[in-house]
Amino acid sequence: MYDGGKIIVGLIIGLGLLLSPFLYNAGKATKAPEPQLTPKAKEAKVCVANTNFMTTKHMQLLDRWRDEVVREGKRYYKSPEGKVYYKSLQVTCLRCHSNKTKFCDECHNYMGVEPFCWECHIAPKEKE
Amino acid sequence: MNFIISILFSGIVVSVLVLIPWVGVAAFDLRFLFGVVVPYLAMAVFFIGMVARVIGWGRSPVPFRIPTTAGQQFSLPWIKYSKIESPKGNGGVIIRMLFEVLLFRSLFRNTRLEYRRLANGPKLDYEWEKWLWLAALMFHYSFLVIFLRHFRFFMEPIPGFVHILEKLDGFLQLGVLPVSGLNVPSVFLTDMLLMLALTYLFLRRIYIPQTRYISLPADYFPLFLILALGLTGILMRYFIRVDITAVKTLALGLFTFKPTVPEGIGVIFFIHLFLISMLIAYFPFSKLVHMAGVFLSPTRNLANNSRMKRHINPWDYPVKVHTYEEYEEEFRELMIQAGLPVEKQPEKVEEQSEETGEKE
Ligand code: HEC
Ligand code: HEC
Ligand code: HEC
Repeated sequence: MYDGGKIIVGLIIGLGLLLSPFLYNAGKATKAPEPQLTPKAKEAKVCVANTNFMTTKHMQLLDRWRDEVVREGKRYYKSPEGKVYYKSLQVTCLRCHSNKTKFCDECHNYMGVEPFCWECHIAPKEKE
Repeated sequence: MNFIISILFSGIVVSVLVLIPWVGVAAFDLRFLFGVVVPYLAMAVFFIGMVARVIGWGRSPVPFRIPTTAGQQFSLPWIKYSKIESPKGNGGVIIRMLFEVLLFRSLFRNTRLEYRRLANGPKLDYEWEKWLWLAALMFHYSFLVIFLRHFRFFMEPIPGFVHILEKLDGFLQLGVLPVSGLNVPSVFLTDMLLMLALTYLFLRRIYIPQTRYISLPADYFPLFLILALGLTGILMRYFIRVDITAVKTLALGLFTFKPTVPEGIGVIFFIHLFLISMLIAYFPFSKLVHMAGVFLSPTRNLANNSRMKRHINPWDYPVKVHTYEEYEEEFRELMIQAGLPVEKQPEKVEEQSEETGEKE
């Protein structure tokens, strides 16, 4: 092999980089996030839309709410079940999900999302 | 092959590749097959295939240097030479390789030959042509950033560089104002740039007649495959969302060899996963293997030191030669009879043989 040593070293570096997820995670126990509901949410039983929709698309809902409130002044939302909610991040979502760190952040930390909403909106005060 | 047929053929193949997981998951619920088996197989094909290709290249002899005409080579100390374009040692080679791999120097040199008829006669022009280089750079770097951003699915805890990339990539927060309707504040620039660059590269192929003429399905297919991959990704991020926390659980399962397929992941994810599996499995067999091949380009990675070092051809083997002296020895008498000039006269030969006593 011409320059065999260099080629092998290069190959190992390349493979190492591409296999890094295997090496990085080796032996680590990871656990999926478990967002916890507050007693208040448990009592309500349902979210503002069905659970599957909320899990996957809550950021889209919030985005739409914000646009509708701020740009069109439409402050009320009717859920598929016919319940009416005040469109608000702080007053609606986080009244029910007042355990932000154990609910929203549980998933967000796992996925590495840091919504910048809290630069302006006020996160609920949590005990402990 | 006619370019319309090539495009149709590649388009149909990519459509089938989209339909396979779609039908497989939506109709037959083969989630384990498409979520675990296919990705593992694809990774195996990729890694074994790439190693085999690189070892294969490594085993082929590269006895000689291939100086390109891009720069003056080193000769006499007082003649200025091009240290990077035509390096004489390893340092220059490393810099040349960095330029090649990171900045696509060879593509940057691209020119276009143009034949024009002017009023006073025909004219040949070498035009400055940087669009290919620009689009290629845009495509490759966008792809790299997108690939690295995906490490938020591959690693737990998420390494810091992913956050930095996400911040930089989404810093315009395009979702807030100009393109509301994309439903998230941080619309990633690389998503848009990737699709733009791919579209340009495709249009360029069919727009320039010479490029169109030399394009084969092997050129269109990877373009379409990556376009489809990008499209499913964009759909999944901005429109048809899936539960990406479950997706991360699936990905981590693959990388820790404890595969699981969580409930409730949308079909679009399986299409995306199947397309990337096909892409990586296709790598070692196609032009995409230039990902490894670029490092082994002999015109780029060998110092131009032919004047200082002797390089020996390994194919040189002892050829049986029949020199003129031997020839004359054999046919001298016949040559003399035929009146042909000979170098040694026969008397001399006799004298010599008497001296050495070899012949009677
Ligand atoms: C009336 C109380 C209430 C309000 C208001 C509310 N939620 Fe919920 N939310 C719930 C309940 C209860 C569940 C659990 C539903 C279930 O498990 O089926 C839930 C579930 C969710 C989930 C899915 C969690 C998971 O485990 O997948 C998300 C995300 C979510 N809510 C976000 C929001 C956001 C964002 C808002 C504001 C737009 C909001 N919620 C407003 C009660 C509420
Ligand atoms: C089931 C897990 C889960 C829960 C619970 C959850 N989120 Fe999320 N959220 C996500 C994921 C995953 C994303 C990221 C989507 C992406 O990056 O594509 C996200 C994104 C967002 C975004 C958009 C951020 C951005 O910069 O793109 C907002 C805003 C948001 N979540 C608000 C909330 C709020 C408020 C709550 C609590 C009431 C909450 N989420 C609870 C999983 C969750
Ligand atoms: C630059 C500061 C700022 C940031 C960052 C911000 N908002 Fe707001 N938001 C506002 C202001 C100001 C209003 C108007 C409040 C009103 O009129 O009631 C508002 C209103 C809203 C509303 C409707 C009214 C209400 O009471 O909630 C929603 C929903 C909302 N924002 C969601 C979000 C989400 C989701 C994010 C993060 C992705 C976010 N905002 C980030 C400043 C901000």
